[in-house]
Parts: sequence; C-alpha cells; structure tokens
Amino acid sequence: MSALKVYVPRDAAALAKGANAVAAAIVAEAAARGVEVQVVRNGSRGLLWLETFVEVATNAGRVAYGPVKAADVAGLFEAGVFSASAAATSAAEGGHALCHGLTEAIPYFAKQQRLTFARVGITDPVCLEDYEAHGGLVGLRAALAMVPADIVQQVTDSGLRGRGGAAFPAGIKWKTVHDQQAPQKYITCNADEGDSGTFADRMLMEGDPYTLLEGMTIAGLATGATHGYIYLRAEYPHAHLALNEAIRRARAAGWLGVSVYGSGRAFDIDVRLGAGAYICGEETSMLESLEGRRGEVRVRPPLPAIKGLFGCPTVVNNVITLASVPVILAKGGAYYRDFGTGRSRGTLPMQLAGNLAHGGLVELAFGCTIRELLEDFGGGSATGRPLRTVQIGGPLGAYVPAAQFDLPMDYEALAAAGALVGHGGLVAFDDAANLPRMARHALAFCAHESCGKCTPCRIGSTRGVELMDEVIAGQNGEANVALLTELLDTMQYGSLCGLGGMTPFPVRSLLQHFPEDFLDVQH
Amino acid sequence: MSEHTQATDVNAAVAAAVKEVGPQPGPLLEVLHAVQHRLGCVPEEAVAPLAAALNLSRAEVHGTITFYHHFRRTPAGRWVVQVCRAESCLSMGGDAVAAHAEKYLGVSMDHGPVTTPCGRITLEPVYCLGLCSQSPAALVGDDPQVHLTPQSVETLLAGLLAADAIGSAA
Repeated sequence: MSALKVYVPRDAAALAKGANAVAAAIVAEAAARGVEVQVVRNGSRGLLWLETFVEVATNAGRVAYGPVKAADVAGLFEAGVFSASAAATSAAEGGHALCHGLTEAIPYFAKQQRLTFARVGITDPVCLEDYEAHGGLVGLRAALAMVPADIVQQVTDSGLRGRGGAAFPAGIKWKTVHDQQAPQKYITCNADEGDSGTFADRMLMEGDPYTLLEGMTIAGLATGATHGYIYLRAEYPHAHLALNEAIRRARAAGWLGVSVYGSGRAFDIDVRLGAGAYICGEETSMLESLEGRRGEVRVRPPLPAIKGLFGCPTVVNNVITLASVPVILAKGGAYYRDFGTGRSRGTLPMQLAGNLAHGGLVELAFGCTIRELLEDFGGGSATGRPLRTVQIGGPLGAYVPAAQFDLPMDYEALAAAGALVGHGGLVAFDDAANLPRMARHALAFCAHESCGKCTPCRIGSTRGVELMDEVIAGQNGEANVALLTELLDTMQYGSLCGLGGMTPFPVRSLLQHFPEDFLDVQH
Repeated sequence: MSEHTQATDVNAAVAAAVKEVGPQPGPLLEVLHAVQHRLGCVPEEAVAPLAAALNLSRAEVHGTITFYHHFRRTPAGRWVVQVCRAESCLSMGGDAVAAHAEKYLGVSMDHGPVTTPCGRITLEPVYCLGLCSQSPAALVGDDPQVHLTPQSVETLLAGLLAADAIGSAA
C-alpha cells in the first residue's frame, strides 16, 4: 500500500506561519507512530489566512486543514487524519475542528476561474513530471508544431494585455519583435514585483515556476529570441531558489538549451537579481539594470521591441503575462478570450491585501466588482470596522472610496473612474486609517525611489512631502492643498516615466474623495 | 586586521567575483552581488579593482553601487531585519511596529538602514516583501515574519539580540 500523501506548502506566506515546522512535525509524528506518510511541499492555494494550509489526499480529493500549527500535528494524528484509512474516507466525515472539507469545494476556491494559476498549490513546484501530469508543456508542444507568426496570432487573438500594469496588448509587442531582422533577440521577464499589495508573481514563481519558463520559451519561439532573462527582485529569496532549481531541471530534461526538446531551436533562460530599486519595474530602467548599469529610464522611442536589451529587439513582459501564455497555446486564443468583459479579456489573478479578514489570491475573469472581492472573498475588514477605501494597482494606483465599490475590475471601467487595475492588487483600509499619512507616503515613496533623471519626479516628490507635512501639522491646509494640486499636475505631465507621472494618482484620489481629512485638521 | 590585509581581501574578493560571474554582457550588477556575498558589503576600496577588471570607469562603478539600495558600503549587523514600510503594512499598523522596533533598539530608520551600536542587528526599511495578505511583515535574513505587532516585534528582536549562533533565533 502506498504512503498517504500530505501537502504542506513551501510558499513564503506559509513559511511565515511555520510551515517548515509543521512539515517536520508531521514527518516525526508519522515515524513515531509507524505511519507511512509522504509529505509534498507544494505551492500555496492562496487562502492565505488559513496558512499553514495542510491537505491530505483522499479518494474523494484533497481534504484541507488550516490554519495548522506544529503543535496541532499530534492532535491531527490522534484524530486519525493521517491514518491509512483516512485516504478512503470521504471529506464530509472529517469532523476535526481545523477541517475545511474538500479544498476544491471551499467557496473561496470553488468560485475562482484559475487559468494562469491552474497548477499553483496543486503540484510540487519543481517536479517536472508533476508539471506535465497536470497539463504542463501542452502549450509548448503546440507552439513547437507551429510557425512563429501563428504563435503570435494566437496570443493576439487571446486579447492578452500586459499584466504588469500598462495593459499593452502582448500580441502587438510580440509581433513587433517577430518582424525585426536581427541576429540576436531577447525575452525579458519583469519579475521586479515591487508594488505594495501584490504577490501574484511571487506565488507563481514559488508555486509553479515551470509555467513561467514555458511562457518565456513560447515567446522565444514566436519571436525568434534565443535567450531569456528573468529580472527578479532581491527581496524574493524563495522564488530565486525555486526558479534556479526549475531552470536546472529543465536544462537537464532537454527543454532549455541549444535545441528545445530536439526541435533544433535554441532557448535558454537565466535569472538576474535586482538590487532593491522600485524604478527597475519600469521596462527601460529594467533593461539598463540588466545591462549592469544604474537603473535610469531611457527615453522612448526607440521602443524596447525594436532596440531593447544590448540594443537588440526585446520582449519585456511581466511574470503573469508570460505565465498566461501556456494556457493560451494549449487551449487556443479563443478559449482565453471568452473570459472577461469589453476589452479586458481573460482572467486576472487578484491579490486581496491589507485590512481584510480573508486575504489571498483570487483569479477571476475581468468584470467582477470590487465589492465582490472585498466582501464575498475578502470577508470584510480584519479589524471588524467598516472598509472606507481600497487602493488598487500598487503604490501608483488610485484610492477608490466605498461609494464606488460596485465598479467592475476592468481596465476601461476603472480608468473612466480615474483609477487603474495595475497589477491587480487590492489594499483595503478601514475607517480608522490615516489617509493624509497615506498621501504623504505616496510622495515619500516616489522621493525614495526616484532615479533622479527628471526634475518633476526628483524634486516634485520631495516638495510634495514637505507640503503634506504642513497639511498634517494643520498648517494652512487649504493653500497647501491648492499648491500641492498644482505640483501634482507638473509631476503628472512633466515626468519621464510612470513613477513621477503616476504618483499623483493616489494623492489626487485621496484629495478628491476625502477632502475633509485634509483641511485644517490636526492629525 | 591591518589595512594592508583588508585591501588584499577586497582585491581577492573582486577577482573571485569577476571569475565566478564569468564572461557575459553587462556583468557589473552580478559581480556586485558576488562581492557583497563575499564581503557582506561593497566597500569603497572595491571600486578601483572592479573598474579595472571590468574595463569601466570608476565613476560608472561608483554610480551603479550607490544607485541601488541593496548594496551596502559597510557590513551589516549579524542579523538583517527588513521591515516593510509599504501601504499594505501601513493599513494594518505597520507604523506602530516600525516605531516600536526603532524605540526598542534605540535607532532610527529615517535615513535608511541602520545598525545597532552593538553591531548585532541592522534594521532596514523596505517597500513590500510580497506578504501583503499577512501584514505587517518583515524578513529576518531569509526568514519571513508576518502579522507583527509591537509586542511580537520586540520578542523577535530580543531573541536576535540574545542569539549567539546564526540560525539559533529562527
């Protein structure tokens, strides 16, 4: 009889809640009791308030327990959760206080539409056999049988837009690189996920790194690029380990290298570590950094697709954009396009963060409302107080007030309301939040991260902090807010890139929706 | 350690880092990571040998080192505690956690990373660790810590101050 399979995540969010100790306790307890248990270290399912989220494989499917602490393990053994007969019992009979029944039946999970995150939390992240057994490599094999222009066409047909925040159609970018005649082209993956409230890139790289490698390989085949770089932020040590291990195994399996699965077409990937500069999430700044220089933004044109890394035609896509490509090639552009609404096609892995009871990763087709995400999935605030606002799309995203929570997550709908989807992160704030403090933070962050190349960003952000300090101190609120508004115009229209150009978004949205918080009030 | 040995150490570290990274286009950032891995920082003395080895100007090397927050000019303390100061952590009381950590250690992160006089702990403000569903968060070495409170961060720091060997506080 085979050993009982038990899943204990290795995602950083689980490690933070003691997953390594839980895994060790299960192994030790099993040995002491003479029970045969095989512990698999999977990615996270994304129900992050339940970490450490332990699953037991049964005939009916995986049964979930959480949040499990190392101290709970003996009790779980005592209750028969890990016994040989557990595999045969149905989930409903679980009965243990930490038991949530079948994972796939938990509403938070069951209501999702997981395409990009289809395997995250299910497979052993670095096991290539597991990857293939769960639908991996189908997209790459399809791409290997196609001519490059047809691969580009599938991506164009899918309606996939850049998930890093700019939402530029991926197919158009790929076609531009495809059409260039050049001896060397590159695929670069922007994994410098520095936006607060976003962790989808991290979860995917830690939980299913092969999906990213597959998407990059397909991009290489489509455009004629033979080398890919993943520009990974230094703050993600666990993702770094997972990616390097996946690349090592993919090379050994004949996937990456001089001839991708014997096709005669070369593609290889290297990971390059960033060094703590938010601005390197901007594509031209990232290219400068990959070339080993200060991450200062480049003036466009030329576009990176024409003259990018080392002057060669280069695809620059975010992790989630590239990781969405395998399913598009596996099931066709039309399949992916059928999810979503308007010009926002497909699904978006959204990240529920900040002051929420049930934070985590929720992948859904575009079009769900902010309220559904915050209330149905997020369960309202963690503090129990009413939610007052949510910042969407990272530190450069607007704050959306509660009155607008019925807006759909859709690029155009949010843009019309002065907000943006960005990378799909939602950071919730309750009614006790100090919003002028958040406006000051946005400007201080810009000052901290400005590359210094253009004046509106470099100096404007610092002057903005000074103005906010006076407003917060209750000095001359009305005049300072008026001056700040002018300064925001200068930054928005005069900056070279999105850092200075978009820092006004969160500040302006706070001034617009919560003016009473800013005027002559001592904080 | 004499200054002479220090210079030799730095030169050796630079040479080893350049060799490790090997011939590849635009290697400076990779080499800087490798130097910091060996020395715990990229000291001023490394600029000239780096420039010579990579055929760059000293200005280019200096400009690159100082551009990135990750590269230190002096070694960090025994433990590096990266405290997230971004929006999600602020929404859950991150200001109070950071302020308590500063007060407990008697240091201020106003001007970036700061090391306690005893050299045991470097407190470093960072913007997002990707643990935003479990705010406030910090990273101790590579070890993630979440749902921090002023009390729990004090317990954590007290443990680090008391810990002797690397690994014993985790």
